[in-house]
Amino acid sequence: MGQVVALDALLHARQVWHGRAAPVPDSHQPTGWAALDAALPAGGWPEHAMTEILLPADGVGELQLVLPTLARLTRESRSVMVIAPPYVPCVAGWEARGVVMSQVDIVQAGERDVLWAAEQCLRSGSCAAVLAWPTQADDRALRRLQVAADTGKALAFVFRDRRHAMQASPAALRLELESEPGLQVRIRKCRGGNPPAGTVPLVAGWS
Amino acid sequence: MLWACVLLPRLALDGVLRRRPPSDEPLVLVSGPAQARVVHAANAPARAAGLYRGQRLVAAQALLSQFVMVEHDPGDEAGWHRLLAAWAYRYSAEVGLFAHAVVLEVSRSLNLFGPWPRFESLLRDDLQGLGFRHRIALAPTPHAAYVLAGVRDGMAVMTPDALRRALSPVPLAQARLPPEATQALSSMGVRTLGQLLALPRAGLQRRFDGELVAWLGRLVGDEPTPMESYRPPDSFEQRMEWTHEIEHVEALVFPLRRLTGDLAAYLAGRDGGVQRFELELEHRSGAPTRVAVGMLTAGRDATLLFDCARGRLERLALGQPVVAMRLVARELPPFVPAGRDLFDTRPTHAVPLEQLRERLRARLGEASIQHLRRTVDPRPERSQTSAPGASPARTALLPRPTWLLDVPRPWRGPSPDILAGPERIESGWWDGGDLRRDYYVVRTAQGQRAWMYCAPGEQGNWMLHGWFA
Repeated sequence: MGQVVALDALLHARQVWHGRAAPVPDSHQPTGWAALDAALPAGGWPEHAMTEILLPADGVGELQLVLPTLARLTRESRSVMVIAPPYVPCVAGWEARGVVMSQVDIVQAGERDVLWAAEQCLRSGSCAAVLAWPTQADDRALRRLQVAADTGKALAFVFRDRRHAMQASPAALRLELESEPGLQVRIRKCRGGNPPAGTVPLVAGWS
Repeated sequence: MLWACVLLPRLALDGVLRRRPPSDEPLVLVSGPAQARVVHAANAPARAAGLYRGQRLVAAQALLSQFVMVEHDPGDEAGWHRLLAAWAYRYSAEVGLFAHAVVLEVSRSLNLFGPWPRFESLLRDDLQGLGFRHRIALAPTPHAAYVLAGVRDGMAVMTPDALRRALSPVPLAQARLPPEATQALSSMGVRTLGQLLALPRAGLQRRFDGELVAWLGRLVGDEPTPMESYRPPDSFEQRMEWTHEIEHVEALVFPLRRLTGDLAAYLAGRDGGVQRFELELEHRSGAPTRVAVGMLTAGRDATLLFDCARGRLERLALGQPVVAMRLVARELPPFVPAGRDLFDTRPTHAVPLEQLRERLRARLGEASIQHLRRTVDPRPERSQTSAPGASPARTALLPRPTWLLDVPRPWRGPSPDILAGPERIESGWWDGGDLRRDYYVVRTAQGQRAWMYCAPGEQGNWMLHGWFA
């Protein structure tokens, strides 16, 4: 012990194996935000997986983040489920951002049924994306959603309050929205790479 | 012509057994007047203990101390018989009912369902699923199939010559002859069908009445068999009754699966679907509890029917114990199967969207799924509706939020910065919902973008109406 060995020599002698990260498949689900796509290892939403979006407050721009994706999916005549939204989706506002509202099912569910409904929708395999606003969700419940998203090959978006950021989460991607000074996204966790430092600014439009 | 006969040797017993979860306890059906009760049928554990059909109940009780007794109900048995006829109607247009048996003409069905061995296994799988023990035989005439099914299970005879050979060794006691003829023939020394068929018909005609000769003609196919073809009724009704009271909804799940399974079998036979049906839970006293089960479109898949009914039933609080359950389906609209695209990219195990919606509606309530659309009304409260209809054409692009509050609420925070506005909305004088508001896009101190309004000309007393989330 105490002997200093050059790492190069060890590697050369094949005594230490140099691991390499598994390649991340390119995503076919761009977020619609070029800056965010560039920051994510897969270049888009993790496919067939859950994305957790943490919010400081309602109405900071959480829908801005996903509406381009919803617009793309609904224009392809694929179904989107919105489960237990905190407010009523405003049709004029969603349509102005390109969403085809006839493809969007709004599901009103009680506190205890949100996770059940989300799991059913994800598992069914007939929805392209599922948005859910659970109020009580623990690690196990979220893991079920993650597995269901994988089974049903759907995008799952779960919106939660920022205070849950400290809890561990099974989500493939965790984003935290910040509204100060402008709308920006901090990547808390992402599958297939270290989360990039710093934040990704989003241009928040209101029209 | 080829006829398949499905003989149901234990129809009454199976009808009782299938409504209970599988168990090993001995069970007998009893019938007869109160003073002379006899065993009508006994299940396998009871038979193993020495109980048999026709035994006096007192004797049975002496042999076995503990067994379940169920009163035999001939009406019930007839109901199961009709259900199986409805099931058989799926495989053939000509279905007839014999005592304890269903016969169906299959020569044309074979083209569709494959050669006989495959068709036979289809029939057996179905009957197994429905929970009825059975014996199946195939012959050129219905009576011959009926006789052969009684003699040996799985016998298949295709030609008239082979039929004569197959019938010859059958003893007269198993030949299902008219009863008085069986007596007379055995005293004449005729023991088998072969001997009977060898006798000259003219002599038989003189000795017995014409009935026996006509019966023989129908048996070997010399004469056509007049038969009343079964026609399925236009509504479905089935009832299950228990000897004990059921207090928990969970205990109703097993019989419910049977009922919905029977409904699905019936619908498949009729090539129909069902859109709404009713479950009636009968109590010891008082009016029955009715549970209406409705679906968005007509369906007939057993799993779908069961899922829907179970969802409705599980939300029910039972006030009283249940003694019987009845399933009634009166409207049976035609069933249109959903088409699937050849190049569908969805996973193969996918649940169709409609079925998913049914499942959600069943648990969360009828109005839990909404589709929103725009209306022509400019007032934000009435600018969208979940009522069905077509959206009007898009008009001017004014800033609209993505979240809308159900009811506008006063803004309590510090005064927001105005980003755009005002947009005056003034309308509704004709229907009492008159409003005059100036809407602004504002930014709150927390960085949220909001849609707020205040009274015309003012910029204070902000009312929050939406978020540009």
